[in-house]
Amino acid sequence: MTTDAAPALLEVEHLTQRFGGLVAVSDVSFWACDRKITAIIGPNGAGKTTVFNCLTGFYTPSEGRLCLNSGDSHWLLERMEPYRIAAAARVARTFQNVRLFSGMSVLENLIVAQHVKLMGASWFTVAGLFGLPGYRKAEREAVELARYWLDRVGLVGVADWQAGNLPYGAQRRLEIARAMCTDPRLLCLDEPAAGLNPRESADLADLLTFIRDQHRIGILLIEHDMSVVMKISDHVVVLDYGRKISEGPPAQVRNDPAVIRAYLGEEEE
Amino acid sequence: MLRSALRDAALAAMVALLLTMPLIGLRTVESNSRLVVEPHFIDVAVTVALVFLGRLGLTLAGAAKGPAWSVLAAALTVVGSGWLLPFPTQALRWLAVAGGILVGLRALVALRARHGTLTEAERDRRMDRIGARLQDASRLIGPVAVIFALLLPLLPFADRALIDLGILLLTYIMLGWGLNIVVGLAGMLDLGYVAFYAVGAYSYALLAQTFGFGFWLCLPLAGLFASIYGLMLGFPVLRLRGDYFAIVTLAFAEIVRIVLLNWAWFTNGPIGISGIPRPSFFGLAVFAKNPPEGAIAFHKLFGLEFAQIHRIIFLYYIILALSLVVNFFTLRIRRLPLGRAWEALREDEIACTALGINRTTIRLAAFAIAGMFGGFAGAFFATRQGFISPESFSFIESAIILAVVVLGGMGSQVGVVVAALLVVGLPEAFRELAQYRMLAFGAGMVVIMLWRPRGLLAHREPTILMHPRRSACQQQADTEARG
Amino acid sequence: MEYFLQQLINGVTLGAIYGLVAIGYTMVYGIIGMINFAHGEIYMIGAFISVISFLVLGAVGITWVPLAVVIVLLVTMLFTAVYGWTIERIAYRPLRGSFRLAPLISAIGMSIFLQNYVQLVQGARVKPVPPVIPQVIVLMERADGFKVAISYLQIIIIVLTIVLMAGFTLIIQHTALGRAQRACEQDMKMAGLLGVDVDRTISQTFVIGAALAGVAGVMVTMYYGVIDFYIGFIAGIKAFTAAVLGGIGSLPGAMLGGLTIGLIEAFWSAYFTVEYKDVATFGILVLVLIFRPTGLLGRPEIEKV
Repeated sequence: MTTDAAPALLEVEHLTQRFGGLVAVSDVSFWACDRKITAIIGPNGAGKTTVFNCLTGFYTPSEGRLCLNSGDSHWLLERMEPYRIAAAARVARTFQNVRLFSGMSVLENLIVAQHVKLMGASWFTVAGLFGLPGYRKAEREAVELARYWLDRVGLVGVADWQAGNLPYGAQRRLEIARAMCTDPRLLCLDEPAAGLNPRESADLADLLTFIRDQHRIGILLIEHDMSVVMKISDHVVVLDYGRKISEGPPAQVRNDPAVIRAYLGEEEE
Repeated sequence: MLRSALRDAALAAMVALLLTMPLIGLRTVESNSRLVVEPHFIDVAVTVALVFLGRLGLTLAGAAKGPAWSVLAAALTVVGSGWLLPFPTQALRWLAVAGGILVGLRALVALRARHGTLTEAERDRRMDRIGARLQDASRLIGPVAVIFALLLPLLPFADRALIDLGILLLTYIMLGWGLNIVVGLAGMLDLGYVAFYAVGAYSYALLAQTFGFGFWLCLPLAGLFASIYGLMLGFPVLRLRGDYFAIVTLAFAEIVRIVLLNWAWFTNGPIGISGIPRPSFFGLAVFAKNPPEGAIAFHKLFGLEFAQIHRIIFLYYIILALSLVVNFFTLRIRRLPLGRAWEALREDEIACTALGINRTTIRLAAFAIAGMFGGFAGAFFATRQGFISPESFSFIESAIILAVVVLGGMGSQVGVVVAALLVVGLPEAFRELAQYRMLAFGAGMVVIMLWRPRGLLAHREPTILMHPRRSACQQQADTEARG
Repeated sequence: MEYFLQQLINGVTLGAIYGLVAIGYTMVYGIIGMINFAHGEIYMIGAFISVISFLVLGAVGITWVPLAVVIVLLVTMLFTAVYGWTIERIAYRPLRGSFRLAPLISAIGMSIFLQNYVQLVQGARVKPVPPVIPQVIVLMERADGFKVAISYLQIIIIVLTIVLMAGFTLIIQHTALGRAQRACEQDMKMAGLLGVDVDRTISQTFVIGAALAGVAGVMVTMYYGVIDFYIGFIAGIKAFTAAVLGGIGSLPGAMLGGLTIGLIEAFWSAYFTVEYKDVATFGILVLVLIFRPTGLLGRPEIEKV
C-alpha cells in the first residue's frame, strides 16, 4: 500500500452492509490511490457491486467509514446524499447494466453529465432563459468537453444519434465518456468489459490507462475479465462472500492460494 | 381462413351480447316514482350485429391475402346505411358509421401494403417519420399559425362564437403546454393538474372580491399561489414511483375540490363565486358602455363605437399571449440544463443521481413552474367566465388536459395543439354529438394508446447538435438505415 | 358507548365492501404492476346490473328473498366477470411491455368510457331501490332510546365477505391457478418459460377481481338503496387506498385496508364532519404512501441499481 504522507484518494474502512439477515459485505477495508487503477475482483455474489453502491450512496452502509480525500478536503461518503457524492465529492460511476438516457442524443447525454456546472452558469436557468452570453460560453465549453471525450471513445461521428440506437459496445464506451464529463476525482466502473469482444476489451484497457495517465484521477474497477485486470491494474482487492481475502499487486494476487481457492474451489489445496 | 374468421367474429358477438344484454337491453326508468325495466332488445341485436361485422371485417382485411376490396365495399355500405337506414338510437347510428370508417381504413391500409401486412415496428417508424416531418414543417407552420391566430379577430368571418371557440381552444392549449412540462418533459403522470387551475381561479376571484385587486395584479399572484401549492404538494409526493405518484396527485386534486366545496364561508361552497371583475385594458380603460366614475371606457379611448366584442377580443389576445409565453418558455427551457435534466430524469433517475443531479429539486422546479402556468390559466378562466364554482374543477377536467398532452405525443408542442383541436375543437364543432363527447373521448384515449402508446406525434428532436444541420426527417431516415 | 358500537358495525360493513373491491386492485397490481383505474367502474356496473336483475326477478314473480338475492349475486358476478375479461383483453393486453404509463392512461380512458356508457344507456338520474331485506336485530338500547342495531343485511354482507375471502385465499394457496398467479407475480417472463399460460392467468385474475367487485356492487345497492353512474370513481379510489394501506399485492392486506378505511369513514362521519370524510380517506392514502409505501402487510422493496 502507499506509504505517502498524504492520505489515499479513497479510504474504505471496516465497510459492512447487511440486508436483513444477509451480510453482503463484511468488514472490508482497502485504499484506492490517485493516478492508480484499483481493481476489485471476486466470484459472482462476492459483494463487489454492493461496495460500489455504498460508495456512490445508493445504499447506506450498516457500518464503516468511506472517506474521499483530495488535498485538504475530505468527504465522508457514507453521510452524503447520492447526488452530493457525485456533485461535491466528484465520484463518478458506470453501471453493470448500462444506464444511458436512451431517448436522448449521444451529445445530450454528455451535456446532462455537466449539469452541475451548467446549472451554475445559467444562474439556475434565469440567465439561460434570457440567453445571456455567460451561459452561452459555458455551453460552448461543455460541447467542447463532450467532443473531446467522444473523440477519445470514437463516437464523434454519431454524436447526434439517439443513444439507445448505438450498438452495445458503443453504449458502454459512451457511459464511460459520460462519467468523465462530470470531471471526477474517482471513477468507478462496474464491469466495463462485460459483453465486449476481445478487440473492444483491448481498446477499453487503452482508454483506462489513458485516463489514469493523462487525467491523473483514480479508477476503481470491478471486472471479471482477468486479461484486462491483470494488464492494467496497479492494485487488486479480492472479495469472496463479502470478505476481503487478498490484496496486492496483480502478480502477487494471481498466485495467492486463497484467491485460487475462491475461484477454483477447495480441491485445489 | 374464412371459417376461423367467422368463429372469431361469432365469439366477439357472443361477448358483446353478454356485455350489452343487461345494460343496453334492459333500461331502468322511473315511472310513477317506481323503478321499472324497459326492454330495448333491438338495440342489443343491432349492437351485436355491428360487433360481428366489425370484427369479421377487421380480421379479413388484416389477413395476408384477405378480400380487402370486398371488406372495403362492405364497410362503405355499412357507413352508407348508417346515414340512410332508421337506427333505433343515434348512438347506434354513430357506432355504425364510426365502425364502418374504421374497418374501411383498415382495409385501405391493407390494400396499400398489398405485399404483406405491416409489422408493428414498421408502422411505428412510419408514424415517427410523419411526426418528424411535421416537426420540420412546424418551423414554417408555427409562425404562420401564430400570425393567423393574431389576425383571427380582425378577419371578416370572425364572429363572437368563433372567437369564443378560439379562447376555449387556447385555454386548453395553454393548459396542455403547462402540463406537458410535468408529463412530457419530466415524465411524471400528474392526474391532478386541475388543482393548479382551481387554485389560480380561486386566488383571483377571492383577491378581487375581498381586496378589490385588479386582474393584472392578481395574475402574477395567482401564478405564485398555484406554484406554492405545487411546492407544498411536491415535497412529500415527488419521491413516489410513477403510478403511486399519479394516484396521489389525483387524491390531492380531489381534496382541493372537496375543500372548495365545503369551506363555505371562505369559498362560498357549491354556490361558487360570481361577479368576478373583468380585466381592464391594462389599467388604462375598462370595457363598459357606461364606465363607472373616474374610469375611461375602452371605446372612448380609441374613439370607437361601443361593442361587446371588444372585450371578447381583448380576452382572446390575453390568452393567446399567455399561451405563447408558455410555449416559448418550454422551447427555451428544453435547451437549458434544467430542461435537459427533466428529460434525463424521465429516461433514468438513477443515472441522473449518479451524475450529481438532485432529483427532488429538479422535479419540484417542474412542478412549481407547471403549477404557475396552471394558475395563470385559472385566473384567466375566472375573469373570462365571471363565475366559478368547484364543479368546474373535477377530475374529468384533469383527464381532458392530460388527454391533450398524451394524445398529441408526450413532449411535443405541436402535438398539444393538434390534440386540443381534436379533443376540444371537434366536439364543439359537432354540437349535436355533445352527449357522446365524453364517451368518444374515453374510447379515443384507449384507442390512441393501443395504436401509438407514445402519442400521435411523438418525435423527439435533440436539443443540441454537434453536426449541424440536416432536417429531422433525414436524421430519422439515417437512424433507420444504420440502426 | 352505544353510539360507538353502532358506528363500529356500520364501519365494518362498509369496510367489507371496500375490501372486496380492493382485492381486484391488489391482485392486478401484484401481477402486472398497474393500477386498474377502470376497476371502480366495474363495481358501478355491478351495482347497475344488480338493480336490473332485481327488477327483472320482480317482474317474473320470483319474490322469495333468499332465492332472489342468490340469483342476483350469481347473475351480477357473471356479467361483471365478462366486463373484467373484455376490458383486459381490449385495453390492457395489447399494451403489455409497452412504456410504463401507457396502460394507466388506457385504463383512465376505459374508466371514462364506461362511466359515460352507463350514463348514456341507463340515464344520469339517481336510481332508488326499495330495501330488499329491511329486518334488523336490536342489540341493546340506551336509556334515551338510542338503539344499537345490526341489520340482517349487514350480517349477510359481513358473512358473505368472510366466506368469499376464505374461499379466495384457498384458491390462491392450493390450486393451480393460484400457483400460476403467484409465479407470474414473482417473474412473469420466467413463469411463461416454465409453461405457465401468462395471458390466461392474467385474464383469470381480472375475471375474479371483477366478479368480486360485482358482489360489492350488489351489496352497495342493497345497503344504500341508491346508485348512479358516478359511484365507481370515488369508491374506486377508496378501495385503491385500502389496497395500498394494506400493502399492495397482499390479499389479507386488502381486507385489512378495506376495514380500516371503512371504520375511519364511519367514525369520521359520526364524530367529525360528513363533508370531509373523503378528505380523511385521501389524506390517509397520501400519508401511507409517503411514510410507509409498502403498506401494513406489504413486503419492502429495495431500489435496484
